[in-house]
Amino acid sequence: MNDLDRRQFLQLAGLGGVVLVSAATGAARAADAMGGAAEDFWFVQLSDLHWGFEGPPNPDAKGTLPKAIAAVNALDRQPDFVIFTGDLTHTTDDPRERRKRMAEVKSMVGELKVKTLRFIAGEHDASLDNGKAFIENFGETHYTFDHKGVHFIVLDNVSDPGASLGQAQLDWLAADLRTQPADARIVVFTHRPLFDLYPQWDWATRDGAKAVELLMPHANVTVFYGHIHQENHHMTGHIAHHSAKSLIFALPAPGSQPKRTPFAWDADHPYQGLGFREIAAHRSPVEYALTELPVAKG
Amino acid sequence: MAIDHQRRSLIGAAGACAVAPLVARGVAVAGPLMGLSAAAAGPRVIKVIAKKFVYVPSEIRVRSGETVELQLTAPEVPMGFNLPDFAVRTDVMPGKVAKVRFTADKAGTFTFLCDVFCGTGHEDMSGTVVVT
Repeated sequence: MNDLDRRQFLQLAGLGGVVLVSAATGAARAADAMGGAAEDFWFVQLSDLHWGFEGPPNPDAKGTLPKAIAAVNALDRQPDFVIFTGDLTHTTDDPRERRKRMAEVKSMVGELKVKTLRFIAGEHDASLDNGKAFIENFGETHYTFDHKGVHFIVLDNVSDPGASLGQAQLDWLAADLRTQPADARIVVFTHRPLFDLYPQWDWATRDGAKAVELLMPHANVTVFYGHIHQENHHMTGHIAHHSAKSLIFALPAPGSQPKRTPFAWDADHPYQGLGFREIAAHRSPVEYALTELPVAKG
Repeated sequence: MAIDHQRRSLIGAAGACAVAPLVARGVAVAGPLMGLSAAAAGPRVIKVIAKKFVYVPSEIRVRSGETVELQLTAPEVPMGFNLPDFAVRTDVMPGKVAKVRFTADKAGTFTFLCDVFCGTGHEDMSGTVVVT
């Protein structure tokens, strides 16, 4: 990247180390503008599908996920992988129905062109059976993987119905981080916010501060999460936390009204507030370009 | 963060006799201590039932400065009680009484919620503490 490209890139900058790109441009084109080093790559975050939900906040509940899949497939440049940050299914007290919904999600996301799919659980998927059905269908609930120089860490703050990571997982995280140099490029995926965004609406992780404390010594950490059905960008020290929109209904801003009641469906603007995110990971300097994309033109 | 709501007009100086019918309607009201000093009587006890997917009562009214003890029970499944604005939380396990105390050192309306995922109606399971 030459100086001019870098300056242009930083002109788009929002929060420390993170570039928030206008949805009108697209992350791929934004990355092209910044030079696109060999190790740069793109991934897509889909969140809070809530497959199985029925209700007025989304009269097209069965049609929204297919539209999102079609929108991802229509991207000019396909991402290296897709991460689903939880609540793949809407909760049900019936274990068989839970598994049926998960099987349906697996089948539907199989229609994505990109075949590298990563999943994490949300409380709707995992909190009533400690993640048992999720593990059967999607694999482990916390794990790591590496991709083109980035170390990805998936944390599970939902299999415990009390929204804790738990000491065993914190120990596992600490051990993993000891293997990473202080300047490692680290991305954390989780469902709930790791910080107290708004505990009055259960938008928190009971021991999330312990995870953040473990991550603090690392200079290049970014967290992507779901759960709150809207964009939110927050810093804990040098660590940026970015929540994603939902694919089922939007929720109000934290504390903006007495209850976290979903926004009503707007027939004049269907799918308003829903969407997914494309993320361009840039190697040097370590930056992430976020592009928010709609489910469908409404 | 406090969320101020339009206050209901409730009986201003409800005694024990007045509390029962209000509790039955889902409202607990702070009353005078029936002639006893606060120190002698100890904190006022408010019994709260956490059941699928509602707290009974769902509104707890406390006077500013008053210390109360909540005695929580969950007849069905494990529940949580979290009142973040007063840093009060507890698990509520079936068969046990969970006790928490707090002093209402600020006025307003404050949300409490179940923070243990308990089923399909979990996300609607919340209530308010009203401090006047």
